Amino acid sequence: MAMHRITFTLNGARERVEVPSNQTLLQLLRERLALTGTKNGCTAGECGACTVLWNGEPVNSCLVLAVECDGTEVVTVEGLAHDRQLDPVQTALLEAGGVQCGFCTPGVLLSARALLDRNPRPSDYEIRDALTGNLCRCTGYLRIIEAVKAAARAAEPA
Amino acid sequence: MLTAHPGLPEFDYIKPTTLPEASQFLAEHAGEARPFLGGTDTFVRLRDGAWKDKYLVDVKHLDGMQTLAFDPAAGLTVGAAVNMNRVIAAPEVQAHYPLLAEAAHTVASYQLRTRATLVGNACNASPAGDTVGAGLVLNAELLIFGVDGGRRAPLATFFRGPGKTTLRPGDIVTAIHYPLPPAGHAGRYLKLGRNALGDLAIVGVTALGYRDPAAPSGYRFRLALASVAPMPLRPVQAEALLSDQPLSEAGLQAAAEAAAAAATPIDDVRGGAEYRRLMVRNLTRQALRDVWQRLG
Ligand SMILES: Cc1cc2nc3c(=O)[nH]c(=O)nc-3n(C[C@H](O)[C@H](O)[C@H](O)COP(=O)(O)OP(=O)(O)OC[C@H]3O[C@@H](n4cnc5c(N)ncnc54)[C@H](O)[C@@H]3O)c2cc1C
Ligand code: FES
Ligand code: FES
Repeated sequence: MAMHRITFTLNGARERVEVPSNQTLLQLLRERLALTGTKNGCTAGECGACTVLWNGEPVNSCLVLAVECDGTEVVTVEGLAHDRQLDPVQTALLEAGGVQCGFCTPGVLLSARALLDRNPRPSDYEIRDALTGNLCRCTGYLRIIEAVKAAARAAEPA
Repeated sequence: MLTAHPGLPEFDYIKPTTLPEASQFLAEHAGEARPFLGGTDTFVRLRDGAWKDKYLVDVKHLDGMQTLAFDPAAGLTVGAAVNMNRVIAAPEVQAHYPLLAEAAHTVASYQLRTRATLVGNACNASPAGDTVGAGLVLNAELLIFGVDGGRRAPLATFFRGPGKTTLRPGDIVTAIHYPLPPAGHAGRYLKLGRNALGDLAIVGVTALGYRDPAAPSGYRFRLALASVAPMPLRPVQAEALLSDQPLSEAGLQAAAEAAAAAATPIDDVRGGAEYRRLMVRNLTRQALRDVWQRLG
């Protein structure tokens, strides 16, 4: 099988790796680069546990080939905090109690971050809509939705 | 089908630099190579073992594939690689083709739509394709680059059966074109899934209507049905009823019954045939009411 040399930006740092044609971005992250924050729930685009930001947009990393990432920018949950400061969506999710087993959490955080980047004051419907692709089997979603609202409020000028 | 194993089967990823090169490669490897865009259908089918291609040909970066262009005279052209989120957010689409944005918005989830494309939705030829109905009622055409050069194919005659189209080895769809919709039109896509957002359609009904003084009723409607026949379907008898007789609540009901009669649904895990037929009737009536009300 063909191998491909790729260079991409991962959580702000440059990565150079050689990947086989059939490797997914999810596999590259977890199995090669040991970034296991990104979860593998279904490998089929259904659950959203594998969500990462790809050139700023959330995507199911189980449905992206690693080779397609050449020249692009990827942010995983490990790249959300800056200067030892949690991202506001991380703080809000902790405070709202929107984390139980935590399996969906990395994907939820990245979907929420991207939502607030494109729409800083989302309505309840817009939050639910943006999180449709992130399944959670524990929380019942309400605290997650509350957390996203709180993160939006926290970002508003006082 | 969900599987616990994350791996895709072996294939070679090919990234040609020009359309002729891509087309030639696909023609030379007919039966063992396929073009892909977002891969949201392709990777899932490969993983399931339903498809066994030796080569996946990435065509997203080829000429014109990333272009979304609106011309007030000619209409909207969406490059094959433009993802659905971009289509939904495009001001030209929201202003002139709200029906297309409405339909695309019902596809799966935001992160899936970062990958999923309109052209992939059409080429996949699933009867459940949510954006195909909008293409049908908007008289969309596919722009195709093949070994013999370029051609245009109306979406209306593109499908040959579930998963089957008129595409030939070496054909690459480069864009989908939507002519300007009739002036003052209104459209609606109603999708019934197992939950409010994100599921495949059990039934999908697309309706588009506009005023036409030449029609006996003063209106014309176009309808398309998803997930209720082997191919996406235009229930033409229902459309004719709506233009030929004065519009009334009873007329909408009759058209909805005609749409249900045109459907040939199957039983599957998402819904029984009889249920689907009833839902075609109900959703068609609802979609027609919405459109008629907005036409005033
Ligand atoms: C979890 C999940 C949920 C989904 N939910 C929905 C839903 O709600 N509604 C819906 O309609 N669909 C849904 N789908 C199906 C899929 O996402 C859509 O059909 C999507 O539009 C396909 O686009 P793509 O670019 O990913 O296609 P690809 O997988 O890249 O291609 C699809 C097919 O088209 C062919 N093809 C691709 N590009 C070209 C080209 N340029 N020329 C010729 N042939 C080409 C490929 O060979 C393949 O046969 C879902 C899929 C998944 C995995
Ligand atoms: S692992 Fe990618 S969506 Fe579930
Ligand atoms: S916290 Fe367990 S799946 Fe969401």
